[in-house]
Amino acid sequence: MHSFTYVRPQSLEEASTFLSEHREQARILAGGTDLLVQIQSSSVTPDYIVDIKHIPELNVLSFDETGGLRIGAAVPCFKIWNHHEIAHLYPGLIDAVQLIGGTQIQGRATLGGNVANASPAADTIPSLIVHGAICDVIGRQGIRSIAVQDICIGPGQNALAPDEFLLRFQIKPPSIGFGAHYLRFIPRNEMDIAVASAGASLVLNPDDQTVQYARIAIGAVAPTPLLVIAAGESLIGQPLTNESIDRAARLAAQAAQPITDIRGTISQRKHLAAVLTRRALVKAQERALQSLKGASH
Amino acid sequence: MSQRIHVQTEINGEAQDFLCDPRESLLDVLRNTMGLTGAKEGCRNGNCGACNVIMDGILVNSCLVLAVEAEGSSITTVEGINTPVGLHLIQQKYMDHAALQCGICTLGLIVATKALLDHNPAPTEHDVRLWLAGNLCRCTGYDKIVRAVLDAAEAMRENV
Repeated sequence: MHSFTYVRPQSLEEASTFLSEHREQARILAGGTDLLVQIQSSSVTPDYIVDIKHIPELNVLSFDETGGLRIGAAVPCFKIWNHHEIAHLYPGLIDAVQLIGGTQIQGRATLGGNVANASPAADTIPSLIVHGAICDVIGRQGIRSIAVQDICIGPGQNALAPDEFLLRFQIKPPSIGFGAHYLRFIPRNEMDIAVASAGASLVLNPDDQTVQYARIAIGAVAPTPLLVIAAGESLIGQPLTNESIDRAARLAAQAAQPITDIRGTISQRKHLAAVLTRRALVKAQERALQSLKGASH
Repeated sequence: MSQRIHVQTEINGEAQDFLCDPRESLLDVLRNTMGLTGAKEGCRNGNCGACNVIMDGILVNSCLVLAVEAEGSSITTVEGINTPVGLHLIQQKYMDHAALQCGICTLGLIVATKALLDHNPAPTEHDVRLWLAGNLCRCTGYDKIVRAVLDAAEAMRENV
């Protein structure tokens, strides 16, 4: 195995300074569930491993009514789904963090790592996109914000500059009538990589339950997870019916640009994009209706 | 030549420190330096769960933790699950239900079961299957394992 030096910065400043000097030879270590496997197989050979888990800002996990949800880039999935308030408010996010690997992987794997690795099949990315998540990244020039749908630019490639790293994710407080869901297709019950996946979010009008806001994102069917704006917009102002849901699902499938590989074929993935979008919308609707019901009491 | 790093931890309730190469996994150090061979190396890539330990209350694959990352952590291995008077109820129930065949996966499963029951003392069968999805048994004895875990949970609830 390639020899490396282990570095454990205690502050954002210390990490930024180190990365601006050594970025080309350095890899950031959060949960390590992807990186350590890559190092074992020598597919990456960094000279420095920068463990960012000891930086306080990267471990924040909090919700408040005004600021919404904040999740530090180094918070493991297990802590997210075990936070009862967050799990209650954002079940569509929990759908994703609770199906990455098994419990042991969730004990280490982080949102930051899943997003920065930029896999087309990353489970958290479509879910974060439909929640309108913003990612704050930090570099030598300070902090800037990127919408999650703009972070992945190709398989395994992200939009961060060499001296930048992920700081945290921010999601607005859920509106009354908000509901979201994420699901994927895998040939096993658990512990697999998505053949295709879909996330959907909705805000339903409290008066007539028509759609005020909708977002659909699909995964593993293009070089990056995709926000399909047309599919979401097709629902705005409409009641959710079989017809409107089918139309949105067709638009999602049309946006898919899948490849054939060991996990699936082009035609299967296009089909799955529609099926999964439909199911994501139906479950998101169920949750949105629950939110309306909760608000009326 | 890479550095040797001094790491201070608590393992099974006792303060322990060790020197390691940054490339060594926690699994390597537990087995080769500390002589705790209960955690097994099955796949070395996070798929099988045979190397499970509990780190600061969270179930992890020790093959996917660098030993240097354990600095300041409290670690429980399967060796730490035995009680002063003998087997833990979880271990006893695995025996009662014959929930093991070759035994390689068993140590990781015992640790995963301990983490589950610490976290959720009254799991449903679905909870058990979902929690243990990352522990592979090549002898495919899953039903007996699930029955042992549910029985252990019940016995532990009655014991409280």
